[in-house]
Formats: sequence, C-alpha cells, structure tokens
Amino acid sequence: MPATRPLHLAAEIGGPPRYDAASHVALARLAEGGALDYVTLSDSFARPGPDALAVLARVAPATTRIGLVPTVTTTHTEPFHVSSAVATLDWVSKGRAGWLADVSTTEAEARLFGRRPAAPATALWQEAGEVADAGARLWDSWEDDAEIRDVASGRFIDRDRLHHIDFEGSTFSVRGPAIVPRPPQGRPVTVIDGTSGPSREPAARHADVVHVRATSPGQAASLRDDLRRGAAAHGRDPDSLRVLVALTVDLGDAETAPEPGLESGPQLAGRGTYFRGGPVDLAELITQWHRGGAVDGFHLTPITPERDLERIVNGTVALLQHRSLFRTFHPGGTLREHLGLSRPANRYTHARASEVTS
Amino acid sequence: MKQMHLAAHFPGVNSTTVWADPRSRSQIEFASFEHLARTAERGKFDFFFLAEGLRLREHNGRIHDLDVVGRPESLTVLNALAAVTERLGLAATVNATFNEPYELARRLATLDHLSAGRAAWNVVTSSDAFTGENFRRGGYLDRADRYTRAAEFVATARELWDTWTPDGTSRPFAHSGPHFDISGEFTVPRSPQGHPVVIQAGDSDEGREFAASTADVIFTRHGTLEAGRVFYADVKSRLEKYGRGRDDLKIMPGVTVVLGDTDAEAHRNAAEIRRKQVSPQNAILALEQVWGLDLSSYDPDGPLPDIDPDPGSNMVQGRARVADPQAVAARWRALSEAKGLSIRQTVIETTARQSFIGSPETVAGELAMFVAGDAADGFILVPHLTPGGLDDFVDRVVPLLQERGVFRSEYTGSTLRSHLGLADPVWKG
Repeated sequence: MPATRPLHLAAEIGGPPRYDAASHVALARLAEGGALDYVTLSDSFARPGPDALAVLARVAPATTRIGLVPTVTTTHTEPFHVSSAVATLDWVSKGRAGWLADVSTTEAEARLFGRRPAAPATALWQEAGEVADAGARLWDSWEDDAEIRDVASGRFIDRDRLHHIDFEGSTFSVRGPAIVPRPPQGRPVTVIDGTSGPSREPAARHADVVHVRATSPGQAASLRDDLRRGAAAHGRDPDSLRVLVALTVDLGDAETAPEPGLESGPQLAGRGTYFRGGPVDLAELITQWHRGGAVDGFHLTPITPERDLERIVNGTVALLQHRSLFRTFHPGGTLREHLGLSRPANRYTHARASEVTS
Repeated sequence: MKQMHLAAHFPGVNSTTVWADPRSRSQIEFASFEHLARTAERGKFDFFFLAEGLRLREHNGRIHDLDVVGRPESLTVLNALAAVTERLGLAATVNATFNEPYELARRLATLDHLSAGRAAWNVVTSSDAFTGENFRRGGYLDRADRYTRAAEFVATARELWDTWTPDGTSRPFAHSGPHFDISGEFTVPRSPQGHPVVIQAGDSDEGREFAASTADVIFTRHGTLEAGRVFYADVKSRLEKYGRGRDDLKIMPGVTVVLGDTDAEAHRNAAEIRRKQVSPQNAILALEQVWGLDLSSYDPDGPLPDIDPDPGSNMVQGRARVADPQAVAARWRALSEAKGLSIRQTVIETTARQSFIGSPETVAGELAMFVAGDAADGFILVPHLTPGGLDDFVDRVVPLLQERGVFRSEYTGSTLRSHLGLADPVWKG
C-alpha cells in the first residue's frame, strides 16, 4: 500500500438560500469543530442567494481556524474588485481565505449587467484564468516588507517595493498596484472546479486546489495525474496542487443499516458523484479512495446542510479521526497551512533580488 | 431638543492620519477596524464610515509614499464588523463609475441582511482615466455625466431593492435608461431597511442637487459655523422641490477634534498634531501640489519659491487638483511674508487646521451649538490616530453631550435608519 498523504476534507454550507448570519455561522462552526480544511459557499447571479464572499466575511470573526472559500464569478465582476475582495477576506480572517473561481455563461446573467453578451464557456474560462493570474500578481504587487514607517525620511512605504503589474489580458487590462497590501497568506487559495472541460486548463495552471468528479478511485487517480502533469507543464511543482473529489452526499438514511453484501465496500450511486448512505459508509468510501492514493481529499456537498453536515462531522469525520486518518484539530492557523501548501514567494521580491545580485 | 448624529471615519490615506505616532497601529489588520467600530458603538454613534481608493496616488510619476498607503475593500470589512457590533451603522464608500448597479445593489442588500439593517452606501463618482487604468471599463466620464450616471445608478439600485415584495416574492425587473439597460431577477429579498441608507459626499452645486434629490445623508466639508449655516440653509431649501421634508436629509460635516484638560492644553496639543501631520517632506509635497512643479530642492524651513505655479501640470494623479493654483500661491506668499513663515510653517498654517479644539466642555458646547444653530445635523469625526483616535472623545465628550440632552444615551432602534430618524422607504411595487 502506498504511503498515505494527509487527508483533506472540505464541505459546502450553501443550500436553500438563507440571508441571515446566524445559520451560516452555525454551519461554519460545525465544520470547524470537525477540523475540516475549509467550507465553501456557492454563489451565482442566476439564482436567489446572498453574496457569498460577504457571508463568509461575516462568518470570519465568529470562527478561528476554518478556511473560508466563497464562489466568486469572473465574467461580470471587475478583476481588480475580485482581487481586492478576496485579499480583504484574507485580512479579516487572518489568513483563512480562498476563492472558488467560476464563470457566468447564461444570457440571463449577461442581461443583469447589460455590458457584454453571453459567451461560450471556453472563452469565459480562459478569461477566468487571466483573472486568477492578474489577481495573483496584484496580491504580489506589494512586497511583504513594503510598509516601512520610516520617521526619519517621512516615508510610510518603500515605493520600490510596490509594483505596477501592467497585466494585459485578452479582454481586460490592469495597471496596479493593488489597493490592499499583500494578504497574510501571500496569495489566498485559488480553487477551481475542474469538472467541465474548459475549466481544466486554468485549473492546472492557476489553482491551488481542484475539485473533480469521479465514479471510481481509478478515474480519480487518472484525473489527478492529468492535473499534476498539466501543472508541471506550466512550470509548477505538482506537489503544490491538491485534488479533491467532489461528492454530493445524502446521509438521510443514516439510521438504516448499510446494505449487506457490498464486497467492494460503499459504492456511488448511478449518477456517479452522488453518495447516499450512512456516515459510516461515507467514512469507508473516503478511507478506501484515499488509502489507494487516488485523491488528496474530498469536497462534500450535503444535500441538506443543517442535517447532513452534523452527521458528516460527528459521524464520518469522528470515525476517520478515530482511525487516525484525519486531524483532530488544526495545528496551523491559515488555510494554506491546513492544506500543506507553503506561503508563496513574491515574484517581484524575487525579481528585485535577482537584479541586485546580477 | 434637536438631536445630534455622530459617525466615526476610519483614518484615511492622507496627511490627516499621523502614522508616525508611537500609538499608531496597523491600517490594514482587522483588529484596528474592530477597535474603532467598538469604540463608536460604545459611544452610541450612528455609524462607522470607510472611504475608498481604487488606485494608489502618484506624485511626479511615482507612488506617493509620505502618507498612509493601502486599505482593505470596504464592504468586506463591514460585513466582518457586523459580527463584532450590534447596533452601529456600517457605511461603505463605493464608486458608482467602476461598478454595475446589479452587483453593487446585491452586495449592499447582503450587508443589510447580514447586519440586520445597518448598511449605508456613500455614493462617489470618478471621472479620471488614471483610476480607470485598473478597470475593464476604462472609466473616463465627463464631469457632467458623472452625476447623471450616479443618479441613474442609485435609482436603479432602489428599483432592484424593490423587486421582491415585502412578503418575500421575487418579481422580474427591467430598467432601461441612458446609462443602464438591464433586466432579470434580483437574487436578494427586500432587506431589513428596505433601502440601505444613501450618503452623498460633495459640496459642488451638482453634488448638492444630487443629494437633495436622492441622498439620506450629505457628507460635507463645511466645518465652520458661518459656512455651515449657509450650506445647511442652501441644501435644505432644495429639498421641497423633490417633495422631501427638511428632516429627510441629514447634513454631517467631516470634522476633526482635539481635546485637552484645558482649552490651553488642547491648543498646544492641536499645534503638535499639526506639526506631525506636516512633516518636512509633506510640506514640500503640499507645495508641489499647488505649484505643479518639482520643488524637491527647496528647504522646508526656508522661504517659499519665487517662481509661479504651472497651471497645466499633471504632476499629481489620483487626488483632486487645486482649483486655482495661482491664487493659492499668491495667498500663501502673502501669509508667509506677513508672518515671516517658512514653507513648512506656511503649510501648517494653511492646510491642517482642526475643526474643534478645547476641553471636553468647550468641544461639547461648540458641537451642540452647531447643531442647535442649524449649521449641521451632526458630525463625521475624522480621528488622526489609528485605531484609538476616538477613545477620548467617546469617554469624555459623549457623556457631556448626553447630559445636555442632545445625544442619545442608548440606541432606541436597531437599524441605521432608526438611528438617523429616517422613515422607512415606501415599497414601490
């Protein structure tokens, strides 16, 4: 059996739209109690629901460790605003922010803005990749030690450590630097759902975490290998990428005994990425897929968060912890630390250091 | 008795903020925002106010480095502050030029829901291509277009906030105007305040008219009693033609306060703060902003330059230009000659005077007089220190205002509208 990598677990806390703070705080605290890596909150202009990044900013001071990953769409929002908001979420959460990049493909969404017509997913995902790229450059546009507060010279910053990014994308350009100083994680965690074909290229190139959908450990392993090869082709260290299998879970039958006779262990239902069963079955499935080395972890979307998240944490996660397969507390403070991802070096600091030594 | 409204302005990215003081803390960590917001709520303030910047200021082609630089994105910080406060209003400055009504209306409605009715939006407009370089839209707008676009923006946001019925049914909307042509469904139900409070900052004639027609609060710079009275009477007189009452728009000048145990000590403190605000480097910079020329070779402790300003200069980017540099330069020269002042002393004398200076009793009396004398409905206090700059005001002046019966001792309502005494907007189905 291959040596097991640390297991990473995340959960979606969205569901039927809720607009109050308390219900979101309660779910995030529940996930935090289970020492999960992060919670996601999905968002779309196409259906009712509050602004997800705002909700998780509201959740931030009410939690201490859990990573906070709202969906942020890149099609109709200014790239500069995307970068500033995610950086600010990282500041208010003291290094626990990520964002799940997504696109808006429908004509209905385009009409809400009236600025550009709907476009094919391929073009929108190319743009999303550029937004992720520009955003990462903006996060780097302040070097970590740019704020000097030098009373003798009267200077608050060393302006040589702030940088115009002069990003030229295919549909937008950004001059920079960022308004927000470099956030605590250096770069908040970028998550992309790599299920759709057009999202896979930007995922391999720009994501720190990729969610994939697979019906078997073998398929998951193959998707993971593809993404790692893609990352390497873009000059990235494949070990800086985490691949999580996305599962929709229905633990509503928790009270019933698992069906006997499943020699190969728990199975996914016909639709492939839908798990129905009890918390113990889910723990079995996670254990088997992870032991085989197919995945780095799971992103679980409970069909009824209020019911199923509690069962995931107190049933599934507790069992995985009992088996020493999952952490019982967060040893680190930032989302990158939970994911075992290093704080990225600043490209501009690096470039400036190279200039000095050459 | 006419009641006063108070707001706390987080220290900004300008020379009012003294970052070099040993008590000065982070301008970006959440703890600083939390401290000031909690202080304001302890003082029963109406709201907490965040300014906005979308491009770092530049001077002579380089990023300006003498003042505080950088800040968080306002709405995200306010959503987080909603978690650590219960009653305090939360006001974000957000530019109408570089945003779209659908998305911004949604973000404001979300803040109003998450804060249980405490959201406010300070509408600003921008016409500068310099800031536009950070945006897809580019963003250059004629000055005349700025207010027509802002007015249509606010009207559109209010249409969106009215799309859900009060009992929670979503209905489709369609807006077609010169600036926005949009349709569909809004994703957020009507929020606790119905419409978040709208603030308008701007003292120009167009700005006053826009505020009179549209805003709930106007953030002005008129900090003296006489100028305040004239402004107050002018703006209030514009309300009637829009079918609005005099109490429907609150006039709140942005002001600075310096306290001391005695008036004499307060004046010494004020002089010391002004000296810190105008560092030698900042004095030369202030001069360059008027002259539009590189004056870095001048001694801040020496006399003013005898060369004339360059009126066509584009040396300063990302902040308002001095309207008539020749006149300002002439005034500064006359002052310098009359009093024998150096460059730095001249700048201190002309640009950094605080609004209210005195013992807590003196300041409380003057603030109350401004409100009673119809020079203001209240004040947006701009402290010079982050984050403790309002601690003394809340501990020493607020109790005196409460004793005088001109400021609340407890919050009576839970929404910002209720603090400001504003009626709930009528739902226009």
